[in-house]
Amino acid sequence: MKRAALLGPLLASLLLCACVTKPPKDYSLFQRAHPATILVLPPINESPDVKATPAVWSSMTRPLAEAGYYVVPVTLADETFKQNGVTTSYDAQQIAADKLRQFFGADAALYVTVREYGSSYRVVISEAAVQVIAKLVDLRDGALLWEGTARASSAEQQQQSQGGVIGLLVQALVTQIVGSTTDAAYNYAGIANARLIGGPGGVLYGPRSPRAGQPPAQPR
Amino acid sequence: MAFVLGLAGCAQPGAPLYMWETFPRQQYAYLLREGISPDQQIQEIETHAEKARAANARLPPGLRAHLGMLYLSVGNPGRAMELWNAEKVAFPEATPYMDQLLKRLGQPKADPAKEPAA
Repeated sequence: MKRAALLGPLLASLLLCACVTKPPKDYSLFQRAHPATILVLPPINESPDVKATPAVWSSMTRPLAEAGYYVVPVTLADETFKQNGVTTSYDAQQIAADKLRQFFGADAALYVTVREYGSSYRVVISEAAVQVIAKLVDLRDGALLWEGTARASSAEQQQQSQGGVIGLLVQALVTQIVGSTTDAAYNYAGIANARLIGGPGGVLYGPRSPRAGQPPAQPR
Repeated sequence: MAFVLGLAGCAQPGAPLYMWETFPRQQYAYLLREGISPDQQIQEIETHAEKARAANARLPPGLRAHLGMLYLSVGNPGRAMELWNAEKVAFPEATPYMDQLLKRLGQPKADPAKEPAA
């Protein structure tokens, strides 16, 4: 009983310490806007890999939905855009906010750009990496509610787990094989998106979450 | 029974809100349009839905809508309508968009099989 009383504040202070590494984001506009439905527009791809847009687009629903938002179904949105003659991500991201709001019934839209997607093969280390940047815009008044960026890379584990040059060469071979046969960057798109939305500095929890309105203190 | 369902509906903080299974992958495959078979996807998602029912877990946003679109693409607009309405029941936020799609599906003379999703 006594021990618990002592441990409580200690644990609390440890938890608090973990959160104060960065200056806190300003969530006041976001909090007031209180969006419930988010439309993720097709991401603009700045990488040479054409799979970047489908990979990043299809893996954005999960972190947003787990954060408590309704996400407009991306495969249906894709059909709707195509049938209305909108065939590129760039064109989709130029559509007027009130049109998007009317048709999809969304409160806010997520504008995503893929900065980096795919594998780079080098002698010692092969890396599959994905980097995304995103802006959440209120479709009712055009206000910027939130923005963020995140990156995920296979090199994160490689650098930790491999020792010596031989180990690195083997690892490079293994990751090249894995990368070319199983679409390795796809998995890192999921990780980058999860960090972007649910990591420190991510979006506020939405109305369908038990933590609605709170900022994401810990990774989900 | 209603009480039990009510309890199950309260998500534990930290626990996932939805049962995802392979749904993100399926959406990826659809967007890539690389040799996806609608029948195979339908079967996989129906199995997923069955599993969620048995576990009393929630299906993610968009799953019913996506499944409806797949049924439409194999010439079953009746099932598509059911599923788009089910998306509205599960997520009232989906209503404006689903109503747009349902309205187009209900248009006379249009061949629904040739008009997936919209």
